[in-house]
Amino acid sequence: MDGFTALYIFMLTAFTGYEVISKVPVILHTPLMSGSNFVHGIVLVGAMVALGQAETGTETLIGFIAVLLGAGNAVGGYVVTERMLEMFKSSNKGVSKA
Amino acid sequence: MTDFIVNLAYFIAAVLFIYGLKQMASPNNARSGIQWAGAGMVLATVITFIHPQIHSNYILMILAIGIGGGLAWYTGKRVAMTDMPQMIALYNGMGGGAAAAIAGVELLKRHDLPLAVQLMAVLGALIGSIAFSGSSIAFAKLQGIKALSGVIRFKNQQIINAALFGLTVLIGLVIAFSGTGYSLFTLFIFFVLALVFGVLMTLPIGGADMPVVISLYNALTGLAVGFEGYVLGNPAMMIAGIVVGSAGTLLTQLMAKAMNRPLTNVLFSQFGGGTGEAQAVSGSMKAVETPDAAIMMAFAEKVVIIPGYGMAVAQAQHKIQELTKLLLERGVKVKFAIHPVAGRMPGHMNVLLAEAGVPYDLIYDLDEINEEFATADVALVIGANDVVNPVARTDPNSPIYGMPILNADHAKNVIVIKRGQGAGFSGVENHLFFADNCRMLYGDGQKVASELVNAVKEL
Repeated sequence: MDGFTALYIFMLTAFTGYEVISKVPVILHTPLMSGSNFVHGIVLVGAMVALGQAETGTETLIGFIAVLLGAGNAVGGYVVTERMLEMFKSSNKGVSKA
Repeated sequence: MTDFIVNLAYFIAAVLFIYGLKQMASPNNARSGIQWAGAGMVLATVITFIHPQIHSNYILMILAIGIGGGLAWYTGKRVAMTDMPQMIALYNGMGGGAAAAIAGVELLKRHDLPLAVQLMAVLGALIGSIAFSGSSIAFAKLQGIKALSGVIRFKNQQIINAALFGLTVLIGLVIAFSGTGYSLFTLFIFFVLALVFGVLMTLPIGGADMPVVISLYNALTGLAVGFEGYVLGNPAMMIAGIVVGSAGTLLTQLMAKAMNRPLTNVLFSQFGGGTGEAQAVSGSMKAVETPDAAIMMAFAEKVVIIPGYGMAVAQAQHKIQELTKLLLERGVKVKFAIHPVAGRMPGHMNVLLAEAGVPYDLIYDLDEINEEFATADVALVIGANDVVNPVARTDPNSPIYGMPILNADHAKNVIVIKRGQGAGFSGVENHLFFADNCRMLYGDGQKVASELVNAVKEL
């Protein structure tokens, strides 16, 4: 990829991220952190590419570890974020179970 | 054609990630947001199996996804809400480790990469390794593993850390600029040093500073993923990684600000260090019995509850929710005031209250509620200490001077549920407890809260 194209992507994405995140209320900051943690779980697809190109034993081993860790990041991040967000309820729906 | 399909899928995934995070702007939509982002992740992962650059190891791939994903699914479903910060640290560390491992595979191949690409691979490897080992230590500390908890210091720590970091960067630069000329041994040493630095950097950080560190490592992992995305020519990784990088940076800043300490101070120096004698406390602590406290709240117009992490430790949040419900039924206005550093990470207390069934529209943060204490009849402090200590406003010699606090002392009456008479995390004596309008309700948080519930019921 052209270096400058990459720089443009980095720059625009950084501002987008900052704008999007600054709108999230304080009350949701823990799910937000865990949700953004989930989003960088996309590292999984890179890990799969790395493993799919691995030739030597060492490369395969490290690639395997990369996929394992990446999958853990993505799945774990999703599960805990979903669990937390599920609990947030407004009083309009009544104070729920104690 | 496969190229087109793969790129399209990655593009859709990137859109869904940003859309998903945007949906988090309101608690109502937040859950659908994470589900959209999850759909994007599934799409990207499935499509990657037909990625044109992948030509082998499919079985291993599925096996690794099964093991890593399965373990994470199992632990994620079971973890208690109080333990959420360390789980997030752990999953985050895994992402950093994955990014570093990708760089490892690419650099092991020693294919003649352009300088910019090689530099990014090395940088991602460095940051990812630090996030991996640092997050692992953070996990261990929060999990309460004795050998690692608290603040661990040794002689010349800062100098050793700085030297180690300098050396690691230097070796990284050698690798980046030597084309294919670096030895595998150099590469190995580089990764080891980066991992060791992550450990050493995290060891001296403890207690209330942990949230800042978790947030920082989250940002670092994002950056590492973004950089490795560039190495692999994968825009979805670049976009997702950098969004998280800037999100984490923002959260880290907010956290550090809420504690009134610059980030450098959290990372490189010790807590405390007031410059002179602390102001002497006047007055005495005055105890109150449960029935009287219950009457004060039941006949109040407005009660503001200030929960701290101590409430969660005592598992009192469900009883507090019950108390809230009873008071609301009696027509008392009840609000929760949450300090930005309540709990073990930003927003953690909100999650714990939500779990107990407290509606989120009763929960207010510091800026929203601080004016209201003056009109509150009762401020109920449970498990919080430093965040309501007025010396943060009044005593320039105090280590917590300047930290924004909840103005509980402005309420007409203050009731503090507390186990004993000790000082807070910072070791600073809390002048609020000695104030004329303050009454102490001694005992275990859960027990006292359930006695309060019964007392209010009987009124």
